[in-house]
Amino acid sequence: MFDTSFLTKAIFGRLTLESLPLHEPIVVGTFVVVALGGVALLGAVTYFRLWGYLWREWFTTVDHKRIGIMYMILGIVMLLRGFADAIMMRLQQAIAFGGSEGYLNAHHYDQIFTAHGVIMIFFVAMPLVTGLMNYVVPLQIGARDVSFPFLNNFSFWMTVGGAVLVMISLFVGEFARTGWLAYPPLSNIGYSPDVGVDYYIWGLQVAGVGTTLSGINLICTIVKLRAPGMTMMRMPVFTWTSLCTNVLIVASFPVLTAVLALLSLDRYIGTNFFTNDFGGSPMMYVNLIWIWGHPEVYILVLPAFGIFSEVTSTFSGKRLFGYTSMVYATVVITILSYLVWLHHFFTMGSGASVNSFFGITTMIISIPTGAKMFNWLFTMYRGRIRFELPMMWTVAFMFTFVIGGMTGVLLAVPPADFVLHNSLFLIAHFHNVIIGGVVFGAFAGIAYWFPKAFGFRLDPFWGKLSFWFWVVGFYFAFMPLYVLGLMGVTRRLRVFDDPSLQIWFIIAGIGAFLIFLGIISFLVQIAVSVLKREALKDVTGDPWNARTLEWATSSPPPAYNFAFTPVVHDNDAWWDMKRRGYRRPLTGFKPIHMPSNTGTGVILAALATAMGFGLIWYIWWLAAVSFIGLLAVAIGHTFNYHRDYHIPADEVVRVEDARTHLLAAGAKS
Amino acid sequence: MKADTHSLQPAHDAHPADGHGEHHAGGSRESYLIGFGLSVILTAIPFWLVMSGALGDKQLTGLAITVLAAIQIVVHMVYFLHMNTRSEGGWTMMALIFTIIMVVIGLTGTLWVMHHLNVNMMPGHDMSTMQ
Repeated sequence: MFDTSFLTKAIFGRLTLESLPLHEPIVVGTFVVVALGGVALLGAVTYFRLWGYLWREWFTTVDHKRIGIMYMILGIVMLLRGFADAIMMRLQQAIAFGGSEGYLNAHHYDQIFTAHGVIMIFFVAMPLVTGLMNYVVPLQIGARDVSFPFLNNFSFWMTVGGAVLVMISLFVGEFARTGWLAYPPLSNIGYSPDVGVDYYIWGLQVAGVGTTLSGINLICTIVKLRAPGMTMMRMPVFTWTSLCTNVLIVASFPVLTAVLALLSLDRYIGTNFFTNDFGGSPMMYVNLIWIWGHPEVYILVLPAFGIFSEVTSTFSGKRLFGYTSMVYATVVITILSYLVWLHHFFTMGSGASVNSFFGITTMIISIPTGAKMFNWLFTMYRGRIRFELPMMWTVAFMFTFVIGGMTGVLLAVPPADFVLHNSLFLIAHFHNVIIGGVVFGAFAGIAYWFPKAFGFRLDPFWGKLSFWFWVVGFYFAFMPLYVLGLMGVTRRLRVFDDPSLQIWFIIAGIGAFLIFLGIISFLVQIAVSVLKREALKDVTGDPWNARTLEWATSSPPPAYNFAFTPVVHDNDAWWDMKRRGYRRPLTGFKPIHMPSNTGTGVILAALATAMGFGLIWYIWWLAAVSFIGLLAVAIGHTFNYHRDYHIPADEVVRVEDARTHLLAAGAKS
Repeated sequence: MKADTHSLQPAHDAHPADGHGEHHAGGSRESYLIGFGLSVILTAIPFWLVMSGALGDKQLTGLAITVLAAIQIVVHMVYFLHMNTRSEGGWTMMALIFTIIMVVIGLTGTLWVMHHLNVNMMPGHDMSTMQ
């Protein structure tokens, strides 16, 4: 008799109807909501006939500005997912006392804390940071686009591909239950035989390709495409921090890729790199993944430092204090960030000499960071400070980040770390620096550059509401965790015995709810601003009286950014141009050479995602077919000779004349 | 792609030497052949060392192969990647120095850390019994 199970296995691999989590009412409920929302969205796009527009103008675009905006949208959408996980954990921990099991079973809870960490770092913080760099850096250096525009589009869609795999795991199968770094031996096939860790591996591998390539792209852009006159020491600080961040990306992401590849070999073909037996060492995984993991936190926070530098200088109406020291501090942090990785596992048993070395390097890294803090303070000192929204985020950052930095130095002392390791004190510390640094930085950057991207400001009322909810919510949510951590509560617990702890978790839950209100206010802020866009309009292109080149062009900038490449004579190039009475050129426009849009990036990323899905579920034919497809499309694209076009001079004249009229009208009113 | 970016932005840098490496990029046929010859020799020696067991000691053989591999890397960089102190206005050399720093930190750090972990955390674990 013919065995049908063999056929099913060949076609569907491990995927069966039981893989769908129909027995989890919470997941089914979420699925219904997401499905209804998704259908509504797709229906609306179809009804308003937007598919063609979206495909031609956005999905296939190679314009760094549009790709930057798409990164930001990805980051904000994933923030909603990651935050949903966070608030579920807070609710569970607030009620699971006195014999109560809470409302999440262990299987589900473990997936939630893993997904929260993975999503927040890889699919929220990274896209937000990359999006801002993508949008701002070419404008700040007076370039028309990045060095490799097609690669930029491809990188974005690979990041989306990774996010899609992680999102699929919510409804098809399950996600890893290992914590966000998937330490073996727990993540080995023996202890995690299901698809969770495979979703983790392939989600990160697909997105990692995008991150690495975008790092290479931005380094090339900054090194090669600066406007004439912009020497390295005349680059805006945000561009400097972006350069250092991308150097870190290129130097560290290959380590992550290699570690995950070794883990995949352990899981798929039975090698023993990280197993307990046959000479494998799980400790090697911990060592290697932190060689990537520590630079990763600087990858996230350095651009935020850049944003705060631009904002402080602009809203204090002063040149940045200590530009040179700021640059050197950034470079020193870049190098030092490679010398501290062991502080993530002081307790694994390295002994006194190793621990003291890495403890001391960790404390040293707070010196350049402290220097930056004083530079911002001295920039504000005797400045004419305007407390607009970006400046408010910056001040909140300075308060919050200093607290996070001090608890970080506490954790850097190895004997103290033996008490605090893996406790809620650690959780409070890294949320303190990541929310206080990266998230506040992203919000400051969004509020600061939104008028540049869309031509109107964000509504200040809802922005300030969002700001206060976020900042107050943050302190309510994480200060109790410091207390709990000092009392010895460890991370990732689902139920608690000691009833005296409950009050702290309830306070933390209230904090999470306040942050929820902050996120809602942020979304309302965008909606309100779009509705009131006429009232909030900015025609000058320079709404903040700012200092760097991106404000020299119109808002939003034309596809070609600058009709003529600006010539730079000083730091704060645009400030210098304004001071010397710069006049916009009105004639003499030439055709502009630009890269063409292409759908290849979308197709390649879709194939890579399909290959990941095939590998996760052991659907070998799908993996093989999509891999061959990937190669074929990539090779095929090298024969695409329609890569560029010229914007005709008439078109440039039309765009620039329209701007001249707008500026004249703005000056009159 | 390369052509695009150059025409997008004609003059990028204050220093004329910074921008374009292609003036002195490509090597001559001779330099490629020298590089190829050296690579072949540097690949053949390790094979011969392992096949013949000329050095006798396994650890010594491993060390010799590592050294030859490192030399091979330099040969590739000089003859195939055309790296020298002047190319791309010194950026190539800067990138190389940074890479070497990173690799040295990563490798020595890992060896140091893993040695400690092995000694402290794997009592009674004797690698010689594994063979």
